[in-house]
Amino acid sequence: MSRKLSLERVLFLYAPLLFALVFLVGPFYWMAVTALKPDSELYDGARSPLFVAHPSLEHFVFLFQKTEFLRWTFNTMAVAAMSTAIALCMGIPAGYALARLRFPGVNLVGTSIFVTYLVPTTLLFIPMVQIIGGMGIDDSIWALVLVYPTFLVPFVTWLMAGYFRTIPPDMEECARIDGVTRLGAMLRIAVPLARPGILSAGIFAFTLSWNEFIYALSLVTASSQRTIPVGVLTQLTRADFYFWGPLMAGALLGSVPVAIVYSFFVDQYAAGLTSGGVKG
Amino acid sequence: MSATTLPAAPARPRARRLASWLDNERTLGLLLVAPVVILLAALVAYPFFTAIRSALSDQTLADAGEFVGLDNFANLFQDDIYLRALRNTLVYTAASVVAKLVLGLALALLLNETFPFRRLVRAAVLLPWIVPTVLGTMAWLWMFNPNFSVLNWVLTNIFGLRGLPWLTDPALAMVSVITVNVWRGTPFLGITVLAALQSIPPDLYDASAIDGANKLQRFRYVTLPLVMPVLLTALVLSTIWTFSDFGVVYGLTQGGPMNATHVLATLAFRTGLTAGQIGEGAAISLTMLPLLLVLIVWQLRRIRRSAVA
Repeated sequence: MSRKLSLERVLFLYAPLLFALVFLVGPFYWMAVTALKPDSELYDGARSPLFVAHPSLEHFVFLFQKTEFLRWTFNTMAVAAMSTAIALCMGIPAGYALARLRFPGVNLVGTSIFVTYLVPTTLLFIPMVQIIGGMGIDDSIWALVLVYPTFLVPFVTWLMAGYFRTIPPDMEECARIDGVTRLGAMLRIAVPLARPGILSAGIFAFTLSWNEFIYALSLVTASSQRTIPVGVLTQLTRADFYFWGPLMAGALLGSVPVAIVYSFFVDQYAAGLTSGGVKG
Repeated sequence: MSATTLPAAPARPRARRLASWLDNERTLGLLLVAPVVILLAALVAYPFFTAIRSALSDQTLADAGEFVGLDNFANLFQDDIYLRALRNTLVYTAASVVAKLVLGLALALLLNETFPFRRLVRAAVLLPWIVPTVLGTMAWLWMFNPNFSVLNWVLTNIFGLRGLPWLTDPALAMVSVITVNVWRGTPFLGITVLAALQSIPPDLYDASAIDGANKLQRFRYVTLPLVMPVLLTALVLSTIWTFSDFGVVYGLTQGGPMNATHVLATLAFRTGLTAGQIGEGAAISLTMLPLLLVLIVWQLRRIRRSAVA
């Protein structure tokens, strides 16, 4: 196919691509434009809403001075970091066991873990509120640190089991012949070899908890303990009144970290999500 | 941990026995999965049974309630709001998944071509999928705003049409929530299928071209069969996520106007937590189970088959 701008390429490639970009990325443009517009311009019907005439940071200032946005950011990061760490500590060994070791119930355990990976959070949030309430850790980010592993661990385990299966077992077998224990073979040989898999599992787990909404909304109600999605949604809207400028500024800032992380891992991303399910 | 796993000195038979016990494939396997099994039993299986117990009772936030058998379910199936939410959920899932499938497949085929700034475009179109759902949904809420809707501004000022009541008209509100769900989910299907497309060896296309296959035939007989396993898995995941979705509807309409856009998850939230009717809310959530089970079992059987093959 020739690389020059033929009518065919315009009609069947560039036009649909432009449409896709406007549809998929347009809302982020609108988010950014809104976040940078002073209120006087934002609610002025006479101006074109598509461009910013006098960019201003007033909404960002509002966000940091008049709301607990910094606190929410800290909460979101702390919850994501801790629950990801827990998920990796539990999921890597379990994934290794499912991929390499034969033990009673291995199939049952593997199936159960896969089933819990597919069970959506909206099925269990009501009893979770009661259980966390009963433990007395409601209204603190610890509730989320405890609960997020319930969907992160199955995900990490499944992903890692798939990854370990792609590593030839030869090196571990050699090490075993040399007298290394099974645990030693796992820790010193398989885990270092699986580093790329661990990295992507960690990144996915981190962003899954960064983005989580229904548990964060229903388990935590104290304003100081909220995560970014919940804080932005609940604190920047009052009944029917929305602080659109700060709301969009908060949405933008809350999206930037995951966007940066993913821009480096686009390719691994989707492959990782389905490989566990397809190659199982 | 490592202290017991190092090869033990013969002088310490106890440590040695422990080490060899630990080195047993069965023991070690069970030990490594034990933490996960305990976690899932305590925080997935136990909540699940708690949900069933609640759903069979008239429990509220204030009162532990009593066993009422299947009353909650019987009441739900006579409740217009519930039936509406159930229908909405099915419409929302079917319409969104079909749209995501078509657009995602098209997106994958587009991104598989070569054009300038391809990497950048690929990263950009993934954005709706990776940012927190609710934050992306807020941008749409603002785009649908009755007074300052940028969509209506474009419709009136550029296309000379009239603005639309995006979220205030019941039927249009359903279209709006579906649109946002499609916006969010299309990149997932697109990027997943793209990864599958790129793993197809180019020789296959060369061979089929030599055999005289045209573009359409190549898509039908080479591309589609090879992409199918990944596509089906992505579809199952996408269907489960759409069916159980909460964030998009909660962020845009909270089920309004007048319950016209409630889906099962938002209705369960409102009934169970906002209104405090724990029993009834749990029952609403559990009615998601039959369809979820069908999808989960189907996916499990597919994996089994591919593992055997």
